[in-house]
Amino acid sequence: MTVSSTLPQLLRRNAETMSRRPAMREKDLGIWQPYSWQRYWEEVRAFALGLAAHGFKRGDKLSVIGENRPRLYFAQLAAQSLGGIAVPVYQDAIASELAYVLDHAETSVVVAEDQEQVDKILSLHERLPHLKLVVYDDPRGLSHYSQPFLKSFVAVQEDGQGFGAANPGYVEEAVAAGTPDELALFSYTSGTTSRPKGVMLSHANLLLPAEAFAAAEAIGPREEHLAYLPMAWIGTSLVSIALHILVGFTCNFPEKPETVERDLRELGPTIGLAPPRFWENSLTAVMVRAADASFVKRKIFDYFRGVAERVQQHVGERRPVPLGLRLMRALGEILVYGPIRDQLGWRRARVVYTGGAPLGAEVFRFFRAFGVNLKQVYGATELSGLCSVQHDAEVDPDTVGRILAGMEVQIGEGGEVLVRSPGIFQGYYKQDEATREALTADGWLRTGDAGFIDKRGQLVIIDRARDVGKLADGTSFAPQFIENKLKFSPYIGEAVVFGAARPFVAVIVAIDPTTVGKWAERQRLAYTSFQDLCGRAEVRELIGEEIRRCNAALPQPTQIRRFVVLNKEFDADDDEITRTRKIRRRFVADKYAAVIDAMYGGASEVELATEITYEDGRKATLHSRLAISDIDAPAARLKASAAATAEPAAAG
Amino acid sequence: MAEATDVQLDVNAVSKRFGGVRAVENVSIAVKRGAIASIIGPNGAGKTSLLNMISGFYKPDSGSIRFEGHDITRARPSDIAALGIARTFQNIALFSGMTVLDNIMLGRHVRMKAGVLSSIAYWGLAQKEEVAHRARAEELIDFLGLQDLRRQQTASLAYGLRKRVELARALALDPKVLLLDEPMGGMNQEEKEDMARYILDVNEQWGTTVILIEHDMAVVMDISDRVTVLDRGRKIAEGTPSEVQRNPEVMRAYLGGDADAPGEAA
Repeated sequence: MTVSSTLPQLLRRNAETMSRRPAMREKDLGIWQPYSWQRYWEEVRAFALGLAAHGFKRGDKLSVIGENRPRLYFAQLAAQSLGGIAVPVYQDAIASELAYVLDHAETSVVVAEDQEQVDKILSLHERLPHLKLVVYDDPRGLSHYSQPFLKSFVAVQEDGQGFGAANPGYVEEAVAAGTPDELALFSYTSGTTSRPKGVMLSHANLLLPAEAFAAAEAIGPREEHLAYLPMAWIGTSLVSIALHILVGFTCNFPEKPETVERDLRELGPTIGLAPPRFWENSLTAVMVRAADASFVKRKIFDYFRGVAERVQQHVGERRPVPLGLRLMRALGEILVYGPIRDQLGWRRARVVYTGGAPLGAEVFRFFRAFGVNLKQVYGATELSGLCSVQHDAEVDPDTVGRILAGMEVQIGEGGEVLVRSPGIFQGYYKQDEATREALTADGWLRTGDAGFIDKRGQLVIIDRARDVGKLADGTSFAPQFIENKLKFSPYIGEAVVFGAARPFVAVIVAIDPTTVGKWAERQRLAYTSFQDLCGRAEVRELIGEEIRRCNAALPQPTQIRRFVVLNKEFDADDDEITRTRKIRRRFVADKYAAVIDAMYGGASEVELATEITYEDGRKATLHSRLAISDIDAPAARLKASAAATAEPAAAG
Repeated sequence: MAEATDVQLDVNAVSKRFGGVRAVENVSIAVKRGAIASIIGPNGAGKTSLLNMISGFYKPDSGSIRFEGHDITRARPSDIAALGIARTFQNIALFSGMTVLDNIMLGRHVRMKAGVLSSIAYWGLAQKEEVAHRARAEELIDFLGLQDLRRQQTASLAYGLRKRVELARALALDPKVLLLDEPMGGMNQEEKEDMARYILDVNEQWGTTVILIEHDMAVVMDISDRVTVLDRGRKIAEGTPSEVQRNPEVMRAYLGGDADAPGEAA
């Protein structure tokens, strides 16, 4: 079976075939409130009528901005029902970014979650000539706003009642007239290098990969999913819209971002997809709690963590697990693994995925060791999200699994991964040049990732193709691989590794304020501010120790020799990191050129003027002095070579 | 702002002495329904004493206080609360061993009708009432963004959050008038902005009259309809924020004496 419908057509189908089943649940006033498929369609239909009454036509664009809320989904489906295009945008984007995307996409309707987002849109109104209507979900604080183009979600639905009466069957006809080749979504890529680009995706683009994925992973209508990642992320559109409507499972929405942890636990989702950042944070949270626990609990945790890792080693090397170890594992399941999975909210999880960027092997192994069926997926926004997934029997940290049915992969020049798939996008909106560059003559997508296909036929991704570097002596190294190893340390929040055409590898580290703060408390180390903490010699020693540990698992030539602890976190508002938390390597290299030069110039200190951006977009300059530390020349470490062999991808 | 027409709370020439100290002397304030009225003044000006008289903790030595036609000059604090005047305290008054939710539910206690006997006699009614009160508590939790904290003990919360819980506890009374004693004291700028937003939202959403004591002049001038200035127990100025800001008396009180006066020691 291959779908040949549009998203709204499938929504109508669901409203008929499983009208009373819950399509969504939203936690509101402390209670999970269900929305049936019938209700989902009715809300979409009513809003679509409202949009039509306000002149929304086929091909028009509607943006949503805010946290995951049912109405923001209704709005996207309503636009698509009329043949329009949904353009979800990042809710934490600063004004200038937002203005760029909304203007570039020629959005005519914005549906905003609340007053905060409405204020942001209103402040940009003059720069958005295409914008005709601003709709809000939560009316709080907005009753005295008098702009004529500002309306509540309910008011727009009411505006549609008259239109609906005058044009019976209007939305139904518009839905029936839709074809799978029509554009459904513009997904603006976060852009690690340049301005965001609008990836144009059709209904078929979204639905065909979703269908292949559902078939490969046996995703069924009884799944429970919690949608809490940014709506503008392609992974959200894929799972919470395409897969959700195609398969017909239940999509749940948390109360607010701060309650996600608790909501996960209450709900116990059966599936989940999150980028590496989420898993790294989740691991850090477990480590912090373990470190805060009583002595006995801590010992038990450490012991069973060791057991779980030994079991994983056996499984990874395809050796049978000895009976004694199996018994200890069973005991650990009762004492440690089960309770921790419960705390993390994955007790009922059948399978969860990490995607969007490579996840460090150590983090990956940790979750698997604790019984979370974490698997890697690989894809790109230009592929409507997904193109490969690990099969259950073949999970290991180094690969991203096998290509999905109906798709092809090959390795092009310079080891670049090329993919052909029904998910391949329809081009970048208004950027034909960039579109041509992204595709080969015979229609393969250049992913920009360097990789290879291993003996078993699994795809292995090494790094962004242009990031794989060579040291001055010709040794190649993959920065992201080293960074992911570093980020396994709970104390290291972000790390950016340098070394291309340089004699050795050096790193800029941004510490994790929570864990290092707690560590400082335990050490009775007094500090006044985050910056002060970052500048402490003790903290540098702590980070140095973590780097030494990481070095032990790296081949000797690519070991880190020097490092700097930055006095701030990497921030998307400062362009150092994308909204999906990917490091913008080149930007960081430019911004901290002085630091990098000093590291390679042998200096022990560097004067730094950093520009920081406040949430409202204002900028300020911060002058500071950063100490540069050396990692002592590697003595012969017996363990080092043993551990290094476990990482075949390390040498590149 | 909600429409401000009739006088809802009328404080008429009240005075209060403690021994030889005149805490409040002959102060009158008329607060209109739906207004945000601020009381400012240096330390020891008598602001909190005035608030204590309105909420019934102190009885005035002379003068009268009328609320919606009732004379509440000598009423007990619980009766005043039942009439619809709720307050928060300068030093947070919460049950620290109880959860956020329990503290808010406690605030609804005054509104509960089923007594011990009727609860025993007809359990269903009491339960129905409990559900309704819980729903209201959840609305307030939602309104003040406390969803992630409802099961936390208030003792474990940061100061700014406890202040917010206290506001929720006061709002649980469904008050007509909300007395806030330094709701932003000890807060950082971001917390202050949040609190100011909440006060404006409460005023807008339910038309609640707000009487505010606050030291942060920027906030007071920003959100108030009327400002009353006290100094050493006396009212020295009254008016809109801009009128008060231009008032020479006020400047003198705040700058600690006029240009000719000798500088104060500390």
